Amino acid sequence: MKPYLRDKAPEKLSEIPDATAYEAGYLVTKNAGWRNIRPVIDKEKCIGCLQCYLHCPDGVIYKDSGKVSVDYDFCKGCSICKKICKPGAIEMEAEK
Amino acid sequence: MAKKFLSGNEAFAEGIRLARPQVISAYPITPQTIVVERLSEMVEDGSLESEFIHVESEHSALSCAMGASAVGARAFTATSSQGLLYMAECLTYASGGRFPIVMMNANRSTALPWNIYGDQRDSISQLDCGWIQAYAVDAQEALDLALMSYYIAEQKGVSTPFMANLDGFVLTHTYEVVDVPTQGQADAFLPKFETENKLDLAHPRNLGFSAGPAHNTAFKYKEHIGLLNAAKAITEAEDRFAKIFGRRYTGLTESYRTEDADYILITLGSIAGLVKETVDNLREKGEKAGLLRIRYLRPFPNEEIADAVSNAKAIAVLEKDISFGNEGTVYTNVNSALQKAGLSRPTSNYIGGLGGRNISAEEIKSIFTELKKEQSQVKFIGIGGEEE
Amino acid sequence: MSVTAKTLNEDEFFYGHKACAGCGGSLAVRIALKVLGERSIAVLPAGCMSAVGFNFPQLCFGNNAIISTFAGTASMLTGIEAGLRAQGNTDFHAVGFAGDGGTADIGLQALSGAIDRNDDILYICYDNEAYMNTGIQKSSLTPFGAKTTTTPAGKNIRGNLKQKKNMFEIVAAHGIPYAATASIGYLPDFMRKVEKASKIKGTKYIHIIAPCPTGWGISTDETVEISKEVVDCGLWYLAEYENGEFTLNHKPKEFSDVETYLKKQGRFKHLTDEDIQTIRLSRDAKWEAIHRNFKLD
Repeated sequence: MKPYLRDKAPEKLSEIPDATAYEAGYLVTKNAGWRNIRPVIDKEKCIGCLQCYLHCPDGVIYKDSGKVSVDYDFCKGCSICKKICKPGAIEMEAEK
Repeated sequence: MAKKFLSGNEAFAEGIRLARPQVISAYPITPQTIVVERLSEMVEDGSLESEFIHVESEHSALSCAMGASAVGARAFTATSSQGLLYMAECLTYASGGRFPIVMMNANRSTALPWNIYGDQRDSISQLDCGWIQAYAVDAQEALDLALMSYYIAEQKGVSTPFMANLDGFVLTHTYEVVDVPTQGQADAFLPKFETENKLDLAHPRNLGFSAGPAHNTAFKYKEHIGLLNAAKAITEAEDRFAKIFGRRYTGLTESYRTEDADYILITLGSIAGLVKETVDNLREKGEKAGLLRIRYLRPFPNEEIADAVSNAKAIAVLEKDISFGNEGTVYTNVNSALQKAGLSRPTSNYIGGLGGRNISAEEIKSIFTELKKEQSQVKFIGIGGEEE
Repeated sequence: MSVTAKTLNEDEFFYGHKACAGCGGSLAVRIALKVLGERSIAVLPAGCMSAVGFNFPQLCFGNNAIISTFAGTASMLTGIEAGLRAQGNTDFHAVGFAGDGGTADIGLQALSGAIDRNDDILYICYDNEAYMNTGIQKSSLTPFGAKTTTTPAGKNIRGNLKQKKNMFEIVAAHGIPYAATASIGYLPDFMRKVEKASKIKGTKYIHIIAPCPTGWGISTDETVEISKEVVDCGLWYLAEYENGEFTLNHKPKEFSDVETYLKKQGRFKHLTDEDIQTIRLSRDAKWEAIHRNFKLD
């Protein structure tokens, strides 16, 4: 489980809750627009040590068939993953 | 139902006991201390099952009560004066968060000068914070308010915290015979606290979030409506209360001999008892005097005030506060009510009782005497008016 | 068996938030919640994590979470725990995440009260060494020499002149059941401590160094490395307090160079050799005390 993007953001008065309480994990915007560079994982070099997954402040690296993948909707391009990867399986590429 | 000889504080504590609060956060301050002391004794002897938390400040008292309310527990705290002001930022958190916490406030003057005696400057300075505000006239009403407050606050269309005010010392510490209902009666009146506005392990929620310019107004509008809805909830609560306990309360205001009154004194809190006596004495002499007691300052009884004074020649508002640089706040609110109803009457403002100064029967009588002049003025009892 | 990257809960409870890229605080919150799991109830006061995590309608906590007043993290936690217990519910973790300002300054009174009452809560201070959310102002946990917006480094005064308050030892002096220091540069150690704390009844306190790239003047990819270096050069120590005893978890064989650590950061660039020596000496003095009073793990 994790917070995820919803189809609709509450806008009308009737959609605003009666208290400052709402469903947990309700997301309406991505963070993708923040970055200029994105991590690209070389699945051949990746040994599945999970250090990038562990150290990502945004939690956007997830376990994927013994290796890892990136949720580009929410990656901010901080590059901590590249720095921490010992086998050098992560490179930062310019956003197109 | 048992008859007991209790102080205002003790009576309120009995009412809270009957309401079965699940969490009590307690910090002492004169003249509220008796309430939290009695509650701790009740917890000790088992007559009250509650988590009694000795918080280390008033700010923590309300913050703790909010935490409890935020997980669906019925919460209670009490304070006064400096304590109320210390927890002031929590007041808007509680009301904006729509947590139906009940808090007893022993009305006491606010420093400086430092003063432990009763006036209403503390709660009235917080009139805008979004809490329901009730003012008890005697110990019986105090006990009954303690029970009714939860019923009203917890109504789904209301969901607003409730401040129950008792005049410091003159009500908190004076004794009268009070009917104490049985727990069975209280349970029949007040259902268990149920809410969806809570952190829930089965349905995780995020509470107390921020809302920026785009959405903030909507939340504030809903909060305003919630407080307005309290008026209906109060009536419903009082009907229900009358059926179970046999005592009938009269909504946002209590009128006494106002129907044909020429001169009406509007006031709040325990002083109304003395005003009632004065009205009776004047009536015996053939003077058409009346009293309108405001029981709830929020929601404000605009219509009830306009109705009650529509036939009067002149009105006075007696209150124990002053909005420095202007006039008494209750007076401001009353004038607004009259203006909205298209009623133009000479209205005077009497500021009395500050710092616990006694208001005598003579002084109340002279208010009615001065009302005959049919002037508008702001006057400090015991000092002098605008003309000086 | 300690929690590892492999065994760590795969759920993400803090996701989609608007923290700066490379934010240390968000890593601390993310990892703590993964260790504690879905039955966590998180309280966050005013500060970076609440500001970036709960802006309606972007609500980034997948678990139950609530914003408290700035001063009231600990007292709200107390109320939450009592409120659930009053309803017969004890299977949950009440956890607070407050910054250094919200802990050592404005939040200290409520924290002290909670520890005094031994309320069953876990309080985690994510320490980025200044009021970062409001734009890098000095707190009582800002270290000696640091430039902040309220302790500018100029010709007359070269940054913050006060020492960092020792929160770990302050809470230990209350006789708290469990307290620990941590760093996001040593995540397995942090995870072990969060898990250990979650199994102890009473008040628990963990103080984690969680750098702010923006406020420290480092690039976004250096956060984790610098958090390791602050421990390796001895300016931060990894320790626990339990049952009246202090235990040092990690003793560097040889300290790495303090100057290297400091000069990597924009907030320390102005320090003179004399300032750096002052810092070195105070580190040495502290470690002498550690050797005298702490037992080794």
